[in-house]
Amino acid sequence: MTDLRKKSTRGVIVNVAAIALLILIVFMMSATMSDNNYRRKLVPILWHLCIFVLLGTSLNLTMGFLGELALGHMGFMGIGAYAAALSSLALERAGLFSANTAPPLQLILVMLACCLFGALLAAICSLLLGIPALRLRGDYLAIVTLGFGLIIENVIANLPFAGGSGLAEGTASSALYENGLGIKSALQAQYVYFPIIITVICVAFMFMFITSKYGRAIKSIREDEIAANASGVNATYYKILTFTISAFFAGLAGGLYAICTSTLTTASFTFASSSIWNSTFIVVLVVLGGMGSLTGSIIAAVGMYMLNYEIKNGAWVAAMPGFLQSLFAFPMLIYALVLTAVIMFKPFGMLGTYEFSLRKLLFKKTEQEIGGDAK
Amino acid sequence: MTDFLQQVIIGLRIGSVYALIALGYTMVYGIIRMINFAHGEFIMVGGYTLFFTIPVLMNWGLPAWTSVFAAVVVCAVVGILAELLAYRPVRKKGNRMTALITAIGVSLLLQNLAQAIPFIGPNPKAITQDIFQSGTIDLLGVTTNRTAIFTIVIAAFVMVGLQLFIHKTKLGRAMRAVSENKAASTLVGINVNQTIVVTFAIGAGLAAVGALMYCAQYRAVMTTMGSLLGLKAFVAAVLGGIGLIPGAMLGGILIGLIEALITAYISSSLANALVFVVLIIVLLVKPAGIMGKNVGEKV
Repeated sequence: MTDLRKKSTRGVIVNVAAIALLILIVFMMSATMSDNNYRRKLVPILWHLCIFVLLGTSLNLTMGFLGELALGHMGFMGIGAYAAALSSLALERAGLFSANTAPPLQLILVMLACCLFGALLAAICSLLLGIPALRLRGDYLAIVTLGFGLIIENVIANLPFAGGSGLAEGTASSALYENGLGIKSALQAQYVYFPIIITVICVAFMFMFITSKYGRAIKSIREDEIAANASGVNATYYKILTFTISAFFAGLAGGLYAICTSTLTTASFTFASSSIWNSTFIVVLVVLGGMGSLTGSIIAAVGMYMLNYEIKNGAWVAAMPGFLQSLFAFPMLIYALVLTAVIMFKPFGMLGTYEFSLRKLLFKKTEQEIGGDAK
Repeated sequence: MTDFLQQVIIGLRIGSVYALIALGYTMVYGIIRMINFAHGEFIMVGGYTLFFTIPVLMNWGLPAWTSVFAAVVVCAVVGILAELLAYRPVRKKGNRMTALITAIGVSLLLQNLAQAIPFIGPNPKAITQDIFQSGTIDLLGVTTNRTAIFTIVIAAFVMVGLQLFIHKTKLGRAMRAVSENKAASTLVGINVNQTIVVTFAIGAGLAAVGALMYCAQYRAVMTTMGSLLGLKAFVAAVLGGIGLIPGAMLGGILIGLIEALITAYISSSLANALVFVVLIIVLLVKPAGIMGKNVGEKV
């Protein structure tokens, strides 16, 4: 037991050190890079990467560990984003806070509270969807979340306080600048550690969740639901729990999105679109990284986001012949090909169920799993 | 009262489109237990085939609706290709989940391919020609346009034809046998793989007929037209009882009626969301669907 505890402490120390190093690197970059490059290019990339890492890992809980297809992940993110934006707007209208003049601590608290509010609302919605769909055996969750993902856009746009005349008395796409969250790029650069720390905490929580007794119960449901039920696992309860947790983190990612985006439109939360902000892209991330590997989802999220960034902005695309260039104008076509190819030739994704552990890498111990790994 | 009848006819019109599409979902689900997410994209393929063939056929002096034959053939070929190139290899070595993801992949692939092809493109295209004879007729004191009548009559014909095919022909019997028990149908000499291919072809062909009716009414095609249409048709299939052919017909008509009445009397902007609420209610109250029976699962 003491041995276990020693390993656990060592793991925590190593991981905290790694995260500190990561944040240090970001600060080093902020000091060395030109302001324009750093603030206009790197900072938005970092915020977006955190959002995609959160979305990928949280969807992996449902798709990889629980083994249910969920197609409306962006819908939960949309709920989180709108809830965070509107709640911060309400705070500002009430005269309690102002994004551009608030002292740091207050701003962080408001950001955190609004994100958590969005996440909770997303979790409640997922509960309402999960209860009818997940108590049944079969692919009902896939179709319910598909419907949810297609229709949530329509619903948000029709809500009088969100789409019609809500945000700054404009349309759904009206600016959030100077109105609640949606902070300016200078503030985004100043608080760039905020999404990083949130993401690290969330991913650490997900690791702990899947290596706990809950995680084992969930994996047993994936392998054989009937056998799991027979062994005393309340399958419906665990399925709904996992789906709700997954949606909670998607809602949190939505809150982060609301903070780093000046305009919210429902088009960012669609089921399928030509940009990468759609539910199917998150499915691509999870399948590519490996269903059942949070590490894989993180790598896939970072890799695919950077690939997409290159396709959108890279000079090599502009140098290509016209036909290929028009192909790259619809990058989702390439990602759809990737998805189909991966599922046909490598159905377990890049990493399968492998998880990276810094402690194991450093200390080369082959021992039983212990919880508390982050990163 | 006249107003109500008018809405009922509108409901029947859109309902028959849903029913035809739901048939494709339910037949494929019945036979391989897979939700074919790409079915909505078959409608889109059918729609674009109509868009490109109608002017050609009209040049030859044929009526516009004859282009449905071209659409059926193209859709059937796309359906068969999807089955042979994607679904079958994955089904052989994967599980339930990988099959579903393949279906999503094929759906995305078709939709985005259509957007990337220069002469299709992401923008909607209008169909300017009349597909059916234009004009209105008086029916029981209700003025309806001919398109609605044609739509309902054609759907009825197709459904009766399908019922006859399923019950009276050898191939139809084989399809029902495979959907009940694959191993046993192999034993009695049914070529299961061939039967599955035929099912995909018929399902996709029905989607093409649905596309004709949709285009006759809304006179536009776009690459994303299949998503919502497919979802509603799938809800119809679940409502009637997934896997059951009469269930899909009933479910389609019911969803059409519900949607038309909600649009007319409650709210047009929320009609889509309320159809989704119907799905949730069905799953809560009777997940096997109206015509389905709850059967226990053998372990």
